[in-house]
Formats: sequence, C-alpha cells, structure tokens
Amino acid sequence: MKPADQDFVDLTDAQKKARRSRSIALGLALAALVVIFYVTTLVKFGPSILDRSF
Amino acid sequence: MAAAGNSGGLASRIDRNGAMALADAQHIDDTAGSVFEATAGDYIALLKPRVMSLVVFTAFVGLAIAPEWPNPFIAVISILAIAVGAGASGALNMWYDADIDRVMARTAGRPIPAGRMGATDALAFGLVLSVFSVVTLGLVANWLAAAMLAFTIFFYAVVYTMWLKRSTPQNIVIGGAAGAFPPMIGWTAATGTIGLESVILFLVIFLWTPPHFWALALFSQTDYGKAGIPMLPNVSGEAATRRQIFAYALLVAVAGVLPWALGFSSIVYGAAASVLGIGFVWYAYRVLTTVDTRPAKALFGYSLLYLFAVFALVLADSIVLRSIA
Repeated sequence: MKPADQDFVDLTDAQKKARRSRSIALGLALAALVVIFYVTTLVKFGPSILDRSF
Repeated sequence: MAAAGNSGGLASRIDRNGAMALADAQHIDDTAGSVFEATAGDYIALLKPRVMSLVVFTAFVGLAIAPEWPNPFIAVISILAIAVGAGASGALNMWYDADIDRVMARTAGRPIPAGRMGATDALAFGLVLSVFSVVTLGLVANWLAAAMLAFTIFFYAVVYTMWLKRSTPQNIVIGGAAGAFPPMIGWTAATGTIGLESVILFLVIFLWTPPHFWALALFSQTDYGKAGIPMLPNVSGEAATRRQIFAYALLVAVAGVLPWALGFSSIVYGAAASVLGIGFVWYAYRVLTTVDTRPAKALFGYSLLYLFAVFALVLADSIVLRSIA
C-alpha cells in the first residue's frame, strides 16, 4: 500500500552521513547501558548472586 | 542552512516497483518540516563538554573525600550519571536559549542556532537524558543523590535558564547554585547523606561563580547586551560590577580556607588555599582599579585555575590524610 497523502524526501549525502553517525552513537549508548546495568547487578548482589535454589 | 538543502527533494517519491523506498527516504512530518544534518558530535556539543569536565572533576572530588567509598564501578557510573545529568541540563538550556544564542557571536555556532539541529530534537534529547541519568543514579547509588541531581537539572533548566537569566542581573548569583551541586551529589552518592564537607565545597563554587562570570561579562558585555540578557555590567555599570567582583573575591578566598579552618583538611592545604585565595583577591583588585578589559580576562583565566587547584588540593590532602591515619 502506498500512503498517497504522505510526502517523502531524498536525503542529501550529508544527511545520510549524519544519520549514520547518530545511529552508531545510539547503538553504542544502548550497548553501554546494557553493560552498565548487567555489571551493576553483579556488583550489587555480590557473591550471593550465585546462591540459588534449584 | 540544513533545511534549505532539502527543499529540492520535497516531493512524493515512489520507486519503479510502485513501493515507497523507505530505506532511502525520510518521512517529513508537517509539524517538523525539515531534515537536519545533526551528527553525533552535535548532540555531544549540546551537553556542553567543557562544563561537563568541570562537573566530572568536582563530583569526583566530592565522592573521593567522602568517609565511605563505594565499589569502584558504582563510583564511576555514579560520576557518569552526574555528568550526563549536567549535560542534559545543558541541552535543555540550548533548546530554550536558541533565540539569544543566535544573536551572540560566542554561541552562534551551537547546533540549533547554526541550523544543524531542530529545537524540538534538543528538547527531547535533554528530557530523555535527564530521566535516564536520574534513574540510573538512583538505581546504582541511592535515591537521595538522584533527587539532588533531578533538583540540579530543574534548577539550571527552569529556575536559571527560563526565569532568572533574562529577568535579573543577579541571574548567575542564584543560578550558580546549579553548578555548585555536583560535589555534594558525589558525596551523597558515596554516603547516602549530606555532609558539612560537601556543603563547604558547594559554597566554594557558589561564591566563585559570580566573579568568574562577571569577569567574562566585562569583556563580552556587547554580546550580552545585543541578546538582551541583563548581565550586571549592562544593568548596573562597570564600576558596580568591579566592586562586586572584588567583594565576592574576598568571600571566595575565605571559603577556600574553610576546609582547614573547620578541621577537614591539613595546615598544608590551609596554607596553599590561602596563597591561591590571595592571588584571587589580587586579580580582582586589578579589575577593581584598572579600567581596561585585560585584568578581567586575566581574572577569568585565573578563576578557572583557582577552582581546579583548590579541588585538586582538597583531594590530594584527603588522600594523604587517609594514608597517614
């Protein structure tokens, strides 16, 4: 289906380059957040994180 | 202008197969109307990296001199969260102040006035980072520190930027509190409490801010005047500004030796802080007695050195005292 009432635009090379730069930064930020909260969980729980009942 | 570079392609675009080429096309929202060329570097510029570096340093000192040290990883992430929170308030400041940033030579190259980024993008970026930084600090350190960070962001973005900055020449006197909170937040992130030592560090930055920015205003007042910002030299005149700079320099010099006077730091720190404080007063005296912009520039430069040196001394003194004890 083509949305006839919507306008689209070709990105310039500069805009494509900027978008790629933003995407990479966003990806790195999300990856950093995952690592931060994973390690924080390990640090907060300490050795007791291994105490599990099976 | 980034928006102008796009106008030629603003037409419905359908590829040969009749499907919209979504991968290569950018949807244009009627309310936005523009596609900007903001890079990741522009978003980093919104965070005011030079201010952030000062925040990181002062927050680290506040955390490092605390009587209880958290896990090193928790400490690093706490400092990171405080820095990102400070950066978020900088982004909100640039969103709100885009109109006056456009007028001043010093700020005209910032992402929004330069046309590389939309104002609403900066607002969204600032709000998202504010929430993330506060929540992260709360989860990683404690919620008192997170509440203080939230208050600092609110104070800088709303109380200073939206209210005080354009309405009173005392804008930076009161607004300076926002820049003074980081060492207190660092201390609280480590201890979960508010200590007198961290309040003293707050006081040093709070009293340091007016002479620092008024020295800048003395040699940038044309810029501030063009933008309609009521900085002290534009409203009360240069003579009154020079007197106030000198008065605050005396207060800064006294506040700088308080850590020794109250028994938190050694006599070595007290002596070094006294010398630095006398230097501050001397530079301010030259501003008071010389009708020229050169002493104001010299004071501006020395004030940066002073703040860095005092905090570095507090940190070094604390490390030495711990190793002796």
